[in-house]
Amino acid sequence: MIRLEKRAQPARSMLLLAPLTALLLTLVTGVALFAALGQPPLPVLKAFFIDPVRDAYGLSELLLKATPLLLCAAGLSLCFRARIWNIGAEGQFLLGCLCSGAAALAFNDANLQGLARLAGVAAGLGAGMAGGLLWAGLVALLRHRFNCSEILTSIMLNYVALHLLMWAVHGPLKDPEGFNFPESALLANPLLLPAIADGYRTHVGFIAALALLAAFGLVGGRTLVGFQLRVMGESASAARYAGFSQGGLLWLALLGCGAAAGLAGAFEVLGPVGQLTPHLSSGYGFAAIIVVFLGRGHPLGMLLAALLQALTFIGGENLQIEFGLPKSIAQIFQGLLLFYLLAADALIHYRPALHKPVVRIAA
Amino acid sequence: MASAEARQRASVQPRLVLERISKRFGNKRANDRISLEVRPGEIHALLGENGAGKSTLMKVLYGVHAPDGGRILWQGREVSIPGPGAARQLGIGMVFQHFCLIERLNVQDNLRLALPELTEGEIQRRFERLGERLQLKASLRARVSGLSAGERQRVEILRCLMADVALLILDEPTSVLTPPEATALMRGLKRLAQDGCSILFISHKLAEVERLCDRATVLRGGKWVGTVPLAETSRAELVAMMIGKTLASLPARPRAPAGETLLEARFGKCGRLKRAEFSLSGGEIVGIGGVAGSGEQELLQLISGERRGAAHRLVFFGQEIGAAPVQRRRALGIRSLPLDRIGQGAVPSLSLAENFLLTHHGWGAWIDGPWVNWAEVGARAEQALAGYDIQAASSATPAGELSGGNLQRFLVARELLGEPRLLACHNPTWGVDPAAKSRIHEGLLNACAAGAAVLLLSEDIDELFSLCDRLGALCNGHLSPVLPKAEVTPEIMGHWMTGHGDP
Repeated sequence: MIRLEKRAQPARSMLLLAPLTALLLTLVTGVALFAALGQPPLPVLKAFFIDPVRDAYGLSELLLKATPLLLCAAGLSLCFRARIWNIGAEGQFLLGCLCSGAAALAFNDANLQGLARLAGVAAGLGAGMAGGLLWAGLVALLRHRFNCSEILTSIMLNYVALHLLMWAVHGPLKDPEGFNFPESALLANPLLLPAIADGYRTHVGFIAALALLAAFGLVGGRTLVGFQLRVMGESASAARYAGFSQGGLLWLALLGCGAAAGLAGAFEVLGPVGQLTPHLSSGYGFAAIIVVFLGRGHPLGMLLAALLQALTFIGGENLQIEFGLPKSIAQIFQGLLLFYLLAADALIHYRPALHKPVVRIAA
Repeated sequence: MASAEARQRASVQPRLVLERISKRFGNKRANDRISLEVRPGEIHALLGENGAGKSTLMKVLYGVHAPDGGRILWQGREVSIPGPGAARQLGIGMVFQHFCLIERLNVQDNLRLALPELTEGEIQRRFERLGERLQLKASLRARVSGLSAGERQRVEILRCLMADVALLILDEPTSVLTPPEATALMRGLKRLAQDGCSILFISHKLAEVERLCDRATVLRGGKWVGTVPLAETSRAELVAMMIGKTLASLPARPRAPAGETLLEARFGKCGRLKRAEFSLSGGEIVGIGGVAGSGEQELLQLISGERRGAAHRLVFFGQEIGAAPVQRRRALGIRSLPLDRIGQGAVPSLSLAENFLLTHHGWGAWIDGPWVNWAEVGARAEQALAGYDIQAASSATPAGELSGGNLQRFLVARELLGEPRLLACHNPTWGVDPAAKSRIHEGLLNACAAGAAVLLLSEDIDELFSLCDRLGALCNGHLSPVLPKAEVTPEIMGHWMTGHGDP
């Protein structure tokens, strides 16, 4: 029988090597998977991981997809540092989309200029953050006041947010001239975020996401609040002994995450999408969880992990186009990656040991 | 029992021999070629500082760990012990420091679970016969949740013995007992040994070991130091074997004139604490005894501010602070050291520097607005390490890698660097080796000499009597009167702790 024995001292180098090992194993499994599907594995892998980023446009698309991932991951890293298991970045993102879209639509006019235009964009961004704050605030309130598991409430609020968005685009916010499609009117150009360079879709939101990632990284690593979050995550009774306000920290982490995820939603609506549709998220809020774990909660690590996750999204679409494989392949890759990472992490701290068979002793 | 011949043969042949047992975890040698021999009917003490390898050796013997090298001889025959079940089959029983009884069942049901091969009648007969013989009485019908620590331990020991045990291992058995309970246990163990059962007795309390045991084996740093007959060995020699050098005796205590009253406390109901009223003056050590779970944790947390409320009055330097949070009390000079070093007093996965910051985050050169200057925190933590000769690589070492004694020294050093005006600590030397213990005592006495008040909540009666100026005890949440040491005898303490004291 094999059982896991705790290692006396986990090797530090492995903490960095584990994500790479996980990536390698994911690729190997991918090869096997494609071979089993009767597809030539190497061309498929090339189409998945390399073709999408062969030119500048492809790279810019990668950054575009990475933007919401970075924002959600930055926020989640605050929560996870305190072991507040907020699985609700998806819902916070969607409510951010909805509020941002609703606010921007109120200003929707192709001739907006100057201050009015600024007000429109600001309203869109602000409403997006407010939506995320509200959704995360509900989770914080339920946990703080009623001690509800934040895992359950945040997951369930994801569905509520999705259905609110559906209701809005089928109902009050549906474009009256949209041939009855469940979509809002298109936002006018002045309300959309400027692109970084002409001809590309990557917008200034990417820069903002990088800045926020760095800022949250500094809060986590260099400030007293970051330390307090970490202590609270490690041991609630130690945090109480130290005199940290656990309620305050809970609200801070969740609201920080809600604001970031809501902003990510606003960036999608005011960025590449430009309207409200039922399909605003490709699961960014969930994929961001993997980004945090893969990047070990470190800003640089999360940046690399977000780019990798973005690549699986684009690669999946590319496979669908080139090989007729379903887009959900991307999710298989994301799942494999997390699975292997968790397994590698477990082996850092534990080693499998053969359990010696029981020797009967003669009486 | 056995015939005279068999008894004679048994007395020649050791019951248990451990030969050059080695066990390593990673690159740490927890046991390095340790040998040990236990004779029939012998009470054999296993001594050593924290981290000396006692628990590892016992776990090897009880089949929890497989040894990397060495032999185990049982009644002269080599055996391998792959698990606790095999150990029990051989006739080895172990009572762990933490009780393993099911709270919601009564004693009889607990026994039936452990001894499925015995009929109910047989269980009853053996339990009563053993209890009678050893004078360790307990009721079969009582629910475990309603038993005191001493009663639970009696049940555990009887349960072990009912399975025809020839070697009983006891890991720090008296740490949760009141003095009368401990004395009763000792008497029972002596009778048990007279009946031919061998006992391996792990304890930190040398006085107890000297009273009870025949021989002692001393371990240090995972290695065997020696096996000595206790009748011919002085306590100083034992301590020297355990720590490898002689201890400085307790520093002479300058009798500070009773300072002004620092703190007056009047606590109402809070968890298991029902009522407590006392005062503390600068320069004195006040000791509160009591068995675990009689409200002492609540008392400590009411002082530290982890618990607070309108029902509790606390006046410190004339200020009412009953509702003040932890950080404000710390700013006033109130510091505490909780019972749980790991997880409350310190976070094992965090570095020593980070653990230093845990109770030094309110002010200091290392706090700059919202920012933490980690280099400065590290320097302060190193200061705590150096001041108490704590064996740790650096302030970046995770707290969980320190042995119990070293970690506790660090925590005491940490709190004393905060220059407390009141230090409340709970079992500060529990499970700590003698060297660390004397260092911690020294620290408390120094704080006291500097004018601080020290409140010592302890289960160690010797410690209370040797350190404190005034003494009291908690029983079922009620605090006895707190009287000068001259007016309190160990018997009075025992009465207070069991609730039979004067009103």
